[in-house]
Amino acid sequence: MSTAAPVKPRRANFTREHLTPLVFTITTMVLFAVFFLWPGGLGLYYSFTSYRGVPWSLKWVGLENYVALFGDADFYKALSRTILYTVLAVPLHYAVALFISVLLVSKHMRGATAARLVFFFPWLISPIVVGIIWRWLFGESFGFVNYVLGLLSLPPAQWQTNGNLALAVMLLAGTWGGTAFTMLLFIAALKNIPRSYYEAASIDGASEWRQFWSITLPLLRPTSFLVILLGTIGSMKEFALIQSLNDGGPGTQNVLIVQYIYKTGFENTKIGYASAVSMVLMLILMVIALIQMRIDNRGSDQS
Amino acid sequence: MSQASVPELVEGNAPVTVTTPAKRKKSADKGWSPAAVGVSGIIWLLAVLFALPIIWFLLSSFKPGSELFRYPITLLPEQWTLSGYATAWSRFDFARYFLNTATVAVVTTLLTVIVSAATGYAFAKYKATWLKVFFVCILATTMLPTEVIMPSTFIVIRDLGLYDKLAGIIVPSIMTATGTFMFRQYFKTVPDELMEAARIDGANEFKIFWSIMLPLAKPIAITLAIFSFHWRWNDYIWPLLVLKDQKLYTLQVALRSIVGADNIDWSVLLSASVISLIPMVIVFLVFQRYIMNADMNAGLKD
Repeated sequence: MSTAAPVKPRRANFTREHLTPLVFTITTMVLFAVFFLWPGGLGLYYSFTSYRGVPWSLKWVGLENYVALFGDADFYKALSRTILYTVLAVPLHYAVALFISVLLVSKHMRGATAARLVFFFPWLISPIVVGIIWRWLFGESFGFVNYVLGLLSLPPAQWQTNGNLALAVMLLAGTWGGTAFTMLLFIAALKNIPRSYYEAASIDGASEWRQFWSITLPLLRPTSFLVILLGTIGSMKEFALIQSLNDGGPGTQNVLIVQYIYKTGFENTKIGYASAVSMVLMLILMVIALIQMRIDNRGSDQS
Repeated sequence: MSQASVPELVEGNAPVTVTTPAKRKKSADKGWSPAAVGVSGIIWLLAVLFALPIIWFLLSSFKPGSELFRYPITLLPEQWTLSGYATAWSRFDFARYFLNTATVAVVTTLLTVIVSAATGYAFAKYKATWLKVFFVCILATTMLPTEVIMPSTFIVIRDLGLYDKLAGIIVPSIMTATGTFMFRQYFKTVPDELMEAARIDGANEFKIFWSIMLPLAKPIAITLAIFSFHWRWNDYIWPLLVLKDQKLYTLQVALRSIVGADNIDWSVLLSASVISLIPMVIVFLVFQRYIMNADMNAGLKD
């Protein structure tokens, strides 16, 4: 016992600094390794094979999948449609949620609590049901929207059979479903802005419009970054909503990239080829995340 | 600090102070200035637009099948009926889908909260270098979602023997970066002295976590539990890939099988969708305070 005493502190330190946190994090580590690293590595490996889900199909084909991919018109169509959707959806989500949040916390707003509940309600609804709700609303021959258009003596719009109108419905439905959570982020951030800033600005004679641009928006910067980053990733992987809204239709016009991966990987069981698409998408997402973080860093250095 | 709080105090005691701005603002808060009319008008108009899809949907679900596609459309059902609900409930095994979804949501949520709390605690309170590296790895999972690599993730789930089992959607969903992050941020605000004191009293590290830290973090645990329940209740992609047996279907996959049919039975679909919303609405009504006040920005500070 007396000989162990001098050794004990160091061992205790090792235990405390390494072994204890290891016990706390071991489950997450295993899950991270099994459901993130392993699929990632396996996907990379499969992307160089002709794997179709059964052992004998696992043959190394080198870059064949990637070469085929770069000549695959369906892949380009899905990817460009996804990028178009993202480029339109992210600013739309951002602007709508910010507009609503700023007005809701404005001192001029009456009945803010009740209104907030209305805007928040879609959060409760799953993407699948959001898709169903908007499909019902925008039905071509039976939908409420076309009926209202009829009342205004306008011709019914082809919400299902015109690819671009179908995309517009996707954007509306996505914004409707996504506003709630973004609004939560914005409202929390807006409430953290000290009111004294606004009071000082109004004493200096700054209009409320000016206050928004010079106080609110700059101070919302971290939240804006988060909203845009999460929004971009979310839009790039949009899947469930579209599955029930129009299933990528009309035809395959609005098949986005994750649905394309699903179709090639599971409906056509081309796991190898689908993995190659996954890797390309992974790379794109990584580049997007890095660019956005770069922009964010540069911006905060300046301020 | 004390300086900053002075103006607030003054404002709080507005009647006593000489400065009018506080007083004027107070009266403006209640009156209908042109700005108040404008702002409230715009927001309430938008709120009506936001509510419209769900109101139309809800009202339609109470219409008999014959009224659903009739022109001219009426907003309210001429003849209120629950027949759509009755058909949906009898034709689809809703009780089973509910049970499956609830099992997955509850079990995953419990595991997520415990695992996230332990991991977040380690990130906040221990300083080993490998922890920092691992933390960055966890953060990376938000930027690179596994849906994107679903073909290989599916093979992993299959090779683990989890295919066509509820466990196959539970186990891969336990780890969430958001949850870990929420707990880390919270535990960082708990002073280290609390740990030191407990250590001096002879409590071991796990006892400190379990009986001191975890109870402190109860609000975070509740918030994460609500969000986790919401994610899992509404999950679609993994149940779609992992579950083949119809008896194991979750609500979302079952709904999708109705809407994916060649001839959509709208009468059933409308009511089935409404039924699937009820649990989330109840969760919301019970935990409203936690949801509406959740500051998910917490993680942004560093």
